[in-house]
Amino acid sequence: MDGIAGYALRRLLLLPLTLLVVSLGTFYITRWGPGDPISTYSGVYRDEEAFDRARANYGLDKPVHEQYVIWLRQVVTEGDFGPSFTFRDRDVTEIIFPKMWVSMRLGLYAFIIMFLVGIPAGVYAATRQGTWVDPSVIAFFLVFQSVPVLVVVPMLVLVLSVHLGWVPPGGFDGLFSRSMIIPTIALSLPGIAGVARLARAATLQTMNDEFVRTARAKGLDEFTVVTRHVFRNSVLPVMTTVVGLSMVGLLEGAFFTEILLGIPGIGSFMYEAVRGRDYNVILAVVVIISTAFVLANLAVDLLLIWIDPRIRASGTVR
Amino acid sequence: MAVAIEAYEYDVPAEERRAASPFGRTLRRLLRKRLAVLCIAVIVVMYAVGILAPWIAPYSYSDQDLDNTFAGPSWEHPLGTDRLGRDMLSRSIFAMRTTVIVTLAVTATGSILLPLTLGMLAGYRRGWVDAVIMRTGEILASLPGLPLLILIATTLRPRFVGWIEDMEEAVGWSWLTETAFADFFIIFLALSLFGWVGGARLIRTQVMTLRDADYVLAAEAYGAGTMRILFRHLLPGVLPLVIVGVTASLGTIALAEIGLTFLGVGIQPPNPSFGALITEGAPRTVLENHPQLLLVPAAIVALMILSFNLLGDALNDVITPRAR
Repeated sequence: MDGIAGYALRRLLLLPLTLLVVSLGTFYITRWGPGDPISTYSGVYRDEEAFDRARANYGLDKPVHEQYVIWLRQVVTEGDFGPSFTFRDRDVTEIIFPKMWVSMRLGLYAFIIMFLVGIPAGVYAATRQGTWVDPSVIAFFLVFQSVPVLVVVPMLVLVLSVHLGWVPPGGFDGLFSRSMIIPTIALSLPGIAGVARLARAATLQTMNDEFVRTARAKGLDEFTVVTRHVFRNSVLPVMTTVVGLSMVGLLEGAFFTEILLGIPGIGSFMYEAVRGRDYNVILAVVVIISTAFVLANLAVDLLLIWIDPRIRASGTVR
Repeated sequence: MAVAIEAYEYDVPAEERRAASPFGRTLRRLLRKRLAVLCIAVIVVMYAVGILAPWIAPYSYSDQDLDNTFAGPSWEHPLGTDRLGRDMLSRSIFAMRTTVIVTLAVTATGSILLPLTLGMLAGYRRGWVDAVIMRTGEILASLPGLPLLILIATTLRPRFVGWIEDMEEAVGWSWLTETAFADFFIIFLALSLFGWVGGARLIRTQVMTLRDADYVLAAEAYGAGTMRILFRHLLPGVLPLVIVGVTASLGTIALAEIGLTFLGVGIQPPNPSFGALITEGAPRTVLENHPQLLLVPAAIVALMILSFNLLGDALNDVITPRAR
């Protein structure tokens, strides 16, 4: 256990360093581009004196490194990411978390569908290895993985909303509304192939194990062998890996889905923030998402070790 | 006994019994997969079309025919025209050229040069070199890629365009602005920056196992330098990984460019890209009345990415057979 505790600790210690580098980099990149939020927001009005006053007000007149130190101190001591420039003087955290909650609810359904379809498909393909069924199942889902989200969404709108009139063409009103249908399909479709392939590979590896042969030898029917013996040993570890991997995919998919459908989630919000140079929002989103990523990956790795003691034994944890 | 040997020989296909280089053997095994050959054919045709775009395309990508907007398929315009009467076939062909340029440039650095040098260095030198490279990679890999790509593309582009204009004014050129060099360069920079980590990790692990081999020790013993050992002795061992990595990343890179352009931070109009074509075809009013404006680029992109993915799968099967 010592090795694993050390491993987890090392990863955790790397987190502050990661966040420091990330925030510093992001800070400089945002301030390096031409224009700042003040001049972006004043539009056609050009009153240099008023600009300077506004800049001084937000501390934007100081040198960049000084700004960074001030920002960092506020974040660390008070958890305060500063005011948003776009949403006049509201705190960034106040806006971000409700938006993240929207995006997370979108992702939740996509996750469920991905697993409900992907795992049975993968296991089924594995049991039919060597026949035409196996490659066809995998290829079928691979087709969906190959169509980018930004094509899937307009197509779904065209069919489900314009032609059939079943669902509203955009927006978001809660977890149990018809407006969830298009984003759920669009977000889960590209992920199914990945889940199915991993589930297939894991199942194939387990299929030839001796305990499976024993299960067959004692006369269990194939269905029980697969669900009881193969599934438990192979697919559970796969699931945990996939959770980590699909987080990235879901986030990127969420960007396009939210922008295309006008859903007020973190993706469309970040997009607006970048275009409007809302420094504090950009920084906060990048830092918060990075933290979530690192923690989630760590959690997944530890969970994997906990679920499958064989990983611990083989010492593949680096 | 004789029977067994004979059976063994017949199990191995005739062409493999000849002594072949690992590379030649891999290629031959790959070519035996019909699906892989089909994918290669599709990709080769698409890339050829993209490279030869200026000679193949019937019109320029920016030629407007305002009397003939939103036209359906016809003999003059096989794929119809868009809202400005621009020929969709020509625009798709030139969009393919954009994809070709971006994928080739980013692959060359982001999936070959950077992962190879950094991965091999990290694996061979270990110690602090390894620590610095791998920690940097870990930090990059833990970042939310797309938001940062958007950020880099939006902030760097105006600066970079400014520099190029200043430089051109000083030197008296104009081709850099005309060819939208800045757009391509920013995308190339941003995608390469994030693209190398996965490949470098795989290569590093492979090098770590290879570096203890006797032939590497022998090379060290007769005094070969680091660079010579890396590129003469270790490179052949990691080349398969690089090839798999390249095929796997081509689709991702193509999609990333399309996504960035769709978000308005990639290739700028009037230069065509599939991202721009999809943007123009996606609004609801266009979709309702002229769905072909979305369907054409969507189908091409889907076919291309599917070919990349299937080829990547097949290559992976051939090169690392245990993962089957």
